[in-house]
Amino acid sequence: MTAPYEPWDATRGAEIIAEHTGLEGATLVILHALQETFGHVPEPAIPMVASALNLSRAEVYGVFTFYHDFRKRPAGRHVLKLCRAEACQAAGGEVLAARAEARLGVALGDTTADQRVTLEPIYCLGLCATAPSAMLDGRVVGRLDEARIDALVAEAQR
Amino acid sequence: MTMRLFIARDAGAVAVGADDVALAFEQAAARRGIEIEIVRTGSRGLYWLEPLVEVATPQGRVAFGPVTPTDAPFLLEAIISDGPHPLRLGITEEIPWLRRQTRLTFARCGVIDPRSVDDYRAHGGYKGLERALTLGADAILADVTTSGLRGRGGAGFPTGIKWRTVALASGTRKYIVCNADEGDSGTFADRMIMEGDPFVVIEGMTIAGVAVGASKGYIYIRSEYPHAVQAMNTAISAAKGAGYLGAGIGGSSHSFDLEVRVGAGAYVCGEETSLLESLEGRRGIVRAKPPLPAHQGLFGKPTVINNVLSFAAIPFILAGGAKAYADFGMGRSRGTMPIQLAGNIRYGGLFETAFGITLGELVDDIGGGTLTGRAVRAVQVGGPLGAYFPRALFDTPFDYEAFAARDGLIGHGGIVVFDDSVDMAKQARFAMEFCAVESCGKCTPCRIGSTRGVETIDKIRRGERVAENIAVVEDLCNTMKFGSLCALGGFTPYPVMSALKHFKDDFGPATHLQAAE
Ligand SMILES: Cc1cc2nc3c(=O)[nH]c(=O)nc-3n(C[C@H](O)[C@H](O)[C@H](O)COP(=O)(O)O)c2cc1C
Ligand code: SF4
Ligand code: FES
Repeated sequence: MTAPYEPWDATRGAEIIAEHTGLEGATLVILHALQETFGHVPEPAIPMVASALNLSRAEVYGVFTFYHDFRKRPAGRHVLKLCRAEACQAAGGEVLAARAEARLGVALGDTTADQRVTLEPIYCLGLCATAPSAMLDGRVVGRLDEARIDALVAEAQR
Repeated sequence: MTMRLFIARDAGAVAVGADDVALAFEQAAARRGIEIEIVRTGSRGLYWLEPLVEVATPQGRVAFGPVTPTDAPFLLEAIISDGPHPLRLGITEEIPWLRRQTRLTFARCGVIDPRSVDDYRAHGGYKGLERALTLGADAILADVTTSGLRGRGGAGFPTGIKWRTVALASGTRKYIVCNADEGDSGTFADRMIMEGDPFVVIEGMTIAGVAVGASKGYIYIRSEYPHAVQAMNTAISAAKGAGYLGAGIGGSSHSFDLEVRVGAGAYVCGEETSLLESLEGRRGIVRAKPPLPAHQGLFGKPTVINNVLSFAAIPFILAGGAKAYADFGMGRSRGTMPIQLAGNIRYGGLFETAFGITLGELVDDIGGGTLTGRAVRAVQVGGPLGAYFPRALFDTPFDYEAFAARDGLIGHGGIVVFDDSVDMAKQARFAMEFCAVESCGKCTPCRIGSTRGVETIDKIRRGERVAENIAVVEDLCNTMKFGSLCALGGFTPYPVMSALKHFKDDFGPATHLQAAE
């Protein structure tokens, strides 16, 4: 289970931003911190980050959109990431990814209608010797097979 | 006497149940009423045996694996009675797969407690820094040059030359940056060493700081590696506490501080200038060179940027091992390379050995062929930008120049094995697609060419004007190869062209291949 996220709150957002403004090149650090608290980077936070770091909004927005990690909207309650990179492909990851998609009724990259599960591709978790690999809410799982993927999907749906 | 067990906390071991096994041993011991101490180490890198459980004995550590939680009670009895057990592998160091290796960089990984400076020191840690502090900058640089060390991140640039350039650059503020973005599929050595022996990375970076006159370092770790982030942060705090980071390191007049920064899921940020942009808080757009990072790197200051394994090789070299290091290897590839065996492979894991071993030895003898038991058809060496090699090229020695001569690269040392169900046109398509998704967007051939590449390979796979479209792909590859600023666009042609060259039969209507999907 992912940590329950706080609803957006400008005061709280400002606090988080202020905690890190002293760092060199703080933009990514702040975006990560915001996302950790709110589950995504809320739109109103962008101009706040910009003014705190003396940057233009466009610049901060550009950083936010460049990186795959940052979310515009919160993810589902659970995030199941399936590795789709070469070592996991070689070990049969594609069939398992298709199986997870079918079980959840969503494609990689989407969230189930009940907002429970976000299914995402990831490109290498560094577990390539025990491929195929997955990560469920930060927990790593290797040597996936049909039974394990089914169990992960079931766990994510709970 | 308390029984000492060793179980990895490495993400690769945890992914196959090491935490559950550790818990099961605690419970079994409690029920049995005996005292045990479980040291959570890094992984030895024999991943098919994970979770591996080792027990300290007067003869050395004895290993059991792969262990499941249900094995714990019986295994505990077998250990207590020193009796036989089906999972018993004997003395760990005597396991042939480990004994065949030359572990210089990974000597301590899987052995020590990665949170303990004392354990690190007890196993030879910080000898390199201590000697470096007495040597001074010039002699440190001479040692690094003597070792013949070349960057382990992929490009293989001589580390000694890079450091000397930064040392000679003027300026009071300089930086040491560790590239821990390890985005290549099939590679995990950076992750392993950060989780299993983080102090060796810290020590290597600190020595770099002393050599070039830098007092601040950053370790940029990809966000896909939360365990490594935690391990490095823990180790940095411990090193600070022990006086090995901060002001007056190791009792000297040098200061050196380290900070971990976390990436955000962009493969291109492994490219050094993109990484520096990212560290500065910007989009990871690749910078044109010159200026070199050594002259104008992080925040415009002279910067040493090296791969994790490059820094991790340094302590051995500075502890008096420069010549010994250089004595390993072949040609211009000196020393050892931590090679990573991955994908559809029977004995996957980390194999550190001198350069010169052949690809065939690695895949067949050491890797044991495929896990599925089918024939090995192709291996991709060097990550998503590396070439696919057929069996016919298995005599290629692991060496920068030998791979380049065969239109390939060793990159960061990852080898991904595929069996005969692989569809090489699909792999070529993936290479183009990956490039399209991860392109920083700066050059047209990379950004647009890769998308055209995907479309064209799709046509080939549908059987549309196959010969013509293959010519289009070749043309695109040429444009990308020569018209790209960095190796993302420039090297994506390697997997594509090698697939075309060595597996041409796969490029056509995808009939016989659908069965494998
Ligand atoms: C697209 C791309 C991705 C790269 N990814 C990495 C990486 O993840 N880790 C790394 O050390 N080097 C990576 N490199 C190589 C770096 O640009 C650079 O050569 C390296 O950090 C230099 O350190 P070294 O001399 O110790 O190898 C990448 C290069 C390119 C073009
Ligand atoms: S080759 Fe691609 S990734 Fe590299 S600089 Fe050009 S557009 Fe960016
Ligand atoms: S390729 Fe899937 S974990 Fe590395």
